[in-house]
Order: sequence, then C-alpha cells, then structure tokens
Amino acid sequence: MARKISYQQAINEALAQEMRRDSSVFIMGEDNAGGAGAPGEQDAWGGVLGVTKGLYHQFPGRVLDTPLSEVGYVGAAVGAATQGMRPVCELMFVDFAGCCLDQILNQAAKFRYMFGGKAVTPLVLRTMVGAGLRAAAQHSQMLTALWTHIPGLKVVCPSSPYDAKGLLIQAIRDNDPVIFCEHKLLYGMQGEVPEELYTVPFGEANFLREGDDMTLVTYGRMVHVAMEAAGRLAREGIDCEVLDLRTTSPLDEDSILESVEKTGHLVVIDEANPRCSMATDIAALVARNAFGALRAPIGLVTAPHTPVPFSDALEDLYIPDAAKIEAEVRRVIEGRKVA
Amino acid sequence: MSTHLSADQLLHAYRVMRTIRAFEERLHVEFATGEIPGFVHLYAGEEASAAGVMAHLTDEDCIASTHRGHGHCIAKGVDVHGMMAEIYGKKTGVCQGKGGSMHIADLEKGMLGANGIVGAGAPLAAGAALAAKLKGSRGVAVAFFGDGGSNEGAVFEAMNLASVWNLPCIFVAENNGYAEATASNWSVACDHIADRAAGFGMPGVTVDGFDFFAVHEAAGAAIERARAGEGPSLIEVKLTRYYGHFEGDAQTYRDPDEVKHYREQRDCLMQFRERTTRAGLLDAAQLDRIDNEVEAQIDDAVRRAKTDPKPQPADLLTDVYVAYP
Repeated sequence: MARKISYQQAINEALAQEMRRDSSVFIMGEDNAGGAGAPGEQDAWGGVLGVTKGLYHQFPGRVLDTPLSEVGYVGAAVGAATQGMRPVCELMFVDFAGCCLDQILNQAAKFRYMFGGKAVTPLVLRTMVGAGLRAAAQHSQMLTALWTHIPGLKVVCPSSPYDAKGLLIQAIRDNDPVIFCEHKLLYGMQGEVPEELYTVPFGEANFLREGDDMTLVTYGRMVHVAMEAAGRLAREGIDCEVLDLRTTSPLDEDSILESVEKTGHLVVIDEANPRCSMATDIAALVARNAFGALRAPIGLVTAPHTPVPFSDALEDLYIPDAAKIEAEVRRVIEGRKVA
Repeated sequence: MSTHLSADQLLHAYRVMRTIRAFEERLHVEFATGEIPGFVHLYAGEEASAAGVMAHLTDEDCIASTHRGHGHCIAKGVDVHGMMAEIYGKKTGVCQGKGGSMHIADLEKGMLGANGIVGAGAPLAAGAALAAKLKGSRGVAVAFFGDGGSNEGAVFEAMNLASVWNLPCIFVAENNGYAEATASNWSVACDHIADRAAGFGMPGVTVDGFDFFAVHEAAGAAIERARAGEGPSLIEVKLTRYYGHFEGDAQTYRDPDEVKHYREQRDCLMQFRERTTRAGLLDAAQLDRIDNEVEAQIDDAVRRAKTDPKPQPADLLTDVYVAYP
C-alpha cells in the first residue's frame, strides 16, 4: 500500500523537494521559520500552523522570515520573481490580501501583458483559505473569485494531499504567478502521496465519481462535502458525477460541459460568497453553452451573502454542508422552485 | 570645479540629460496635437536625478520607476524610438503598444517598469535587490518615487524590509514639490523626506536635484555602500518639474513665475554646461554637437513612431500568460 501523509506534509514535501531540485526556489513569509532575532529556538513555528516546519534548517538562507509587512514582502517576492528567482511567498491568510492586493493585482498579474510579453514572473503565493476554525470574518474567507477574475493569475485549490503536492510542484515550475489556496481544514487530511516528484497539470478537473443523473461541480474542501452527499444520494437512486475543478483559472470548461451533456443536471457547490462567484460563473458557462442539455434549472449551494460569523452556531450554518447539497440536488431533480 | 569623471563620462551624462529634455519637450508639443493617446507625465526639469543615479548602474542593476518614468527609462538605456512608439501606442513600442507611457519597461536593461501605482515600485526594487543578494551578484536595485510616493505605506514597508534584510537597495525620493496638485511641504509631515531614513535604520541625505554632480556623488556613495553589503540608503533629490502633473494640467496651484525662475536660474543642463565648460573639462562645441544629434534622434523617433503600425486585433489576446491551457 502506498505511503499516506497529510495535506500539510504533502505541501512541506513539495517545497523541500523543489528547493532541493532548483536553487532559484526559496520561501518567504511571516514566521515561515519563526523566531528570527529572538533568543530562543529558530524555526520555532515553521509557519503559523507548522506547514513549513523543518525547511529552515534544511535550506540555510532560503527560508526567509519577514516583518509583518504584506505589501513590502509580497511586492519583494514579485520583484525577485522578475529577476530569475522562484519565490514561494506565504500570505498567511487570504484575508490579508486587503493589505497587499496592489502588488498582485496591478503588478504581478499585469507585467507580462503590460510589458509586451517580455516579463516572466514565476511567483507562487501560498495562502490559507476557508471557514471552519471559528476564526471569524477576517481569517476565514475564500476569495477564489477575486483571484480568478484577474487575467494574468492562475488559481489553484487542492482538495487532497496528492493534489496538494502535485499542484504545488506544478505551481513552482509554472512561469506565471499562481495563487495557491490551501484550505485550513484540510491540513490534517491523510492521503496516499508518492514520495517521488510529480506534477498535476492545471486546468484538468478530476472526475472523482461517475454518475448519470446529476453533475456536482466544486473545488477545495467542498469536494469532500459533495462526495459525502453523493454517497447518500446514491442510496436514494440519484447517481451524481462529482468534478473537482482543482484550478479555477485555468478552468476546465470542457469537462464541466461534457458532464452536464451526459447528466442533464447541474448543481455547483462553492464555499465562497455567492455574488460574482465560481458558482455563478460556472452556472453562466453551462447556461450559455449547454442550455439544451439541461433538463432542469441549475442549482447552487454556496455560503450566504454575509461575512463569515464567529459563533459555531452561525459558522456551521454559513458553511455549505452535505444536507444542503442533498436538498438542492433533490429540488433540482424534482423540478421544484427555489423556496 | 573638479570631478573624477572622465570627459567621456561627462559627455554621456550630458547626452542622457539632453535626450530626456528633448524627448519630453517634444512630447509636450506633440501631445497638444491630440495624436498621443492617454496621459503623459513629463520629467523635464528633473534630468540630473536620473542621469546622476544611473551613471553608476549597469544592465545588471535594476530600477523601479514611477508614472513620471520617461527620464529613468532613457537614463537606464531603453531605446528612444521604442519608447516613443510605445507612447504612440504602436506595435513597435518597447511593450508592443500594450503598456503606454506609464508602463514602459525593459527587463533586459534592468528597467522594471514605470508604474501607474504611486509607491508600488519600492517593494519591487527591494525584491530585485533580494534576488541579487540571494544570487550573490554585485547587483543593486534603485527605487524611484516622488514626494507623493514618499507618503505611501508601500514605500515605508519596502524601506523597513530592505533594512531588516540588509538589501542592496537605494531609495531615491524625487521631491519636485508637488504630488499632483498638492504641495509636498503640506503633505509630507516632516521637514525633509530624507529624515524618514532614520526611522528605517538607514542613512538619508537631501541633495540639490538641479546639480548633476551633487546627485552623482550622493548616489555613488549610496550605491557603493549597497554593493559592499552595507545595506540600503535613502536619497532625497530636491528639484522641480517644468510641466504639470500630466499634460493638460493648467497648474493654477503654482506660482506663475515658479517654473520661469527654475528654468532661468537653476536648470540642470544650463548649470552642467556652464560648469564643465568654464572648468575646461568640455568645450561648448562638443555639447552643441550632442544637442544637434539628440534633436535629430528625437525627430527620427517621432517620425517613425507616427508612421509605425498599430497592434493587430489578434494582439489583444496574446501574452496574458506565458502558457494557459
């Protein structure tokens, strides 16, 4: 049986193996080691949740702690990327994008086009996304659609340890700026991960389950919630096909359309807020290109149009769960209107 | 006066400053015809800053520039016709007509781009300096920003980061007295932008930006310090712009005689010519010859830019990514 490691260990291993393979790869971020300038242990944290732990001692001078200074160090990563380096820069929580958005939106994403195709900016911005840690409104967002909207960026949302390693290695080798969204609730997830280096290509959705009655399209942690719902729905005689997008930019439009052509039904599941989201984007894609194949209106399961709440009583309501997915699937198949 | 610069170096510095001046004064005329799309922000009056700093740099060294970037581009060696064609939105432009005046870049020349976002170049320059340090090269990076940019958090963070990481990065604040239509003596809360260096643990000096030699000397010391691994510096260059924030700015916020005074009393090209010829370092005929050559070069650049082809419709969709499935 293949080796099992966690999502978090898979990310750590991808970083270590790529740093070993390519001397231009280095990592930087707030407390990526931890303890800089302090009297105690160096590599005290290895990232706020320990994802980069151990790399500091393995790669002297290539694991850089930064001041709490997102615009400064994210911008520095962008600048270094234009100069032949391959920085893997950590923005601890995606919510902190508010501090440094300019360096991503107006600098890294634009250089290649704005400079007439002459710039290469191989930046990876690793960042934690998602709700579920009772971390409230400023440490729990997805913001997937924000990045996906911006031409020049690639957006990656791994849902498993296997994908986390393969997609991160692809991201590091990729010559465009990549936003690499790590769902904080997945860090502990165990899965089979080959020890050797491998890549998972961008823009190729993963068919996790075949089915003839319904297409469920999702990404990130919602993949597991959708699979749980699909398992229960199968017992009711509804066979769902589950597509894990893996990357939202590029988006595997062909696989989505191909599946809907087969099943005639679509429910999109998105942990993010609903307006101008991946959910609405995919619904529009299918409505425009496969309307004739649809046997019922498209269903959506998303977070509500609210910030992420703190109290567990509210956060558990905020995050889409399997019961909501099942209810939406039944509603769509039975042809009922939205209540 | 005395200088350690050779006659060739002096002539080069003069040619750079004259090229910037001629480029910008010609743009001032051409923009008024309506043929140039978008905005242009002219650097005329500030030439000694770009020339004085860039005299110490090679293509291995990087600069990050500002929206007022034409002078930095020329001094860093970006092709003048390519720049002019870019400003005219032509396919032959250095960015194939996709960037325009505010985004002229030439990475092979170490020119990381003019920048439409005030202060945004400073973290990029810190990153270029970090790359030089990690590679173990002797390269340095220079971040140019204005008095307006000096108030941006991006600049503060870049300065702090450069000190914390001891980067070979030089911060050059070109204080031309106005951020758009707002006076720097109102918007900058301290007496001198250079005073802010102390807050980031680096040396800071204020120099006369009309005096090429003053800029050259201060930049030389800061760049030498950076190359020696001694970390970043801040140089505040005090100067003025001869035109508005952008072309079309009526500049009613300025004293009507302000520019006239600087042009007649302090102009960097005038001072350079007087001092080098009086000291017998250069003769006027050499400088006149450069003036004529530059004039012809700018004429040629404008003539070609006007007739060069525009981008094709298919160019709209190219070069968003290196590769996108």
